[in-house]
Amino acid sequence: MKRIALVTAVLFVGMHVAFAIDPLPFKDRAEEVRFQNLTRQLRCLVCQNQDLADSEADLARDLRRQVFQMMQEGKTDDQIKQYLVSRYNDFVLYDPPLQTGTWLLWFGPFAFLALGAFVVTRIVRKRANAPLPSADSKEDW
Amino acid sequence: MSRLLPLIGFCLIVALLAFGIHWNRSHDMNWVPSPLIDKPAPDFNLPLLYDSTKTLGRKDLLGKPWLLNVFGSWCVTCQDEHPVLMAYARSLGVRLIGMDWKDDPDAAKRWLAQFGNPYDTIVVDESGKAGIDFGVYGAPETYLIDARGVIRYKHIGNLTPDSIASELKPAIAQLGKQRP
Repeated sequence: MKRIALVTAVLFVGMHVAFAIDPLPFKDRAEEVRFQNLTRQLRCLVCQNQDLADSEADLARDLRRQVFQMMQEGKTDDQIKQYLVSRYNDFVLYDPPLQTGTWLLWFGPFAFLALGAFVVTRIVRKRANAPLPSADSKEDW
Repeated sequence: MSRLLPLIGFCLIVALLAFGIHWNRSHDMNWVPSPLIDKPAPDFNLPLLYDSTKTLGRKDLLGKPWLLNVFGSWCVTCQDEHPVLMAYARSLGVRLIGMDWKDDPDAAKRWLAQFGNPYDTIVVDESGKAGIDFGVYGAPETYLIDARGVIRYKHIGNLTPDSIASELKPAIAQLGKQRP
């Protein structure tokens, strides 16, 4: 019984892998790694919380094929990204580029951190300067 | 005053969350603004659906504005949109070119025979490559292209009588003004 369960589990895992990866004819492991790395940085437009590498959407498959084809043509990663950005906007990139419209997005968290540090320092300073409660305090801890 | 601070903080958080809900409801979160607006339409040359020996391209359509509607017989939302196109296509005053996207041409012909054909001409993009050049990510999508071949307006999803009246018709009227 245990063995059947194990075999089934292995089969299911195998099936998942088979569905997730297109049979693209990579010439070597390095090219495959580059492809995987690149498609993980690109967003699927159909199911927008998935990257191109993971998505099973029809359009994602077409775009993966397009990325692969451009790699064969000797295009650089940046050229391939630019190809997609010129059609689908910066939204296809998982990491938004640093530009005028996105500086708040990139540096906003640091601004909040600085604000928090400022508030905490002020509170700590205030407490440090406050007189200690007198010995005959009635408050019972 | 300091005793009110937590209440004020709470109210601010409630206001922020309420704004978030309002924003989500009033915006389509799947909507991706096209970088191609006010840029020349991508070049294409595709076979016609009803005569695959002939092709139609961007250059053939220069001179007069036209509307590109990307559809497919597999696309469920296109079926919702179809009666709207049937009703409005003639009254828009621009040519309506259909792009049968990632579809089997025979299936498209059957689909059009069943529901009617609102298009002036239909081109077939079986591989989906021309669609990618236009930045199509979900059919139906509609593009308004002016006489000089520049994309002026894009609608993602099905056209409705409301969106035609409030967006498409004003965009077409705008074209009339810019023409010399």
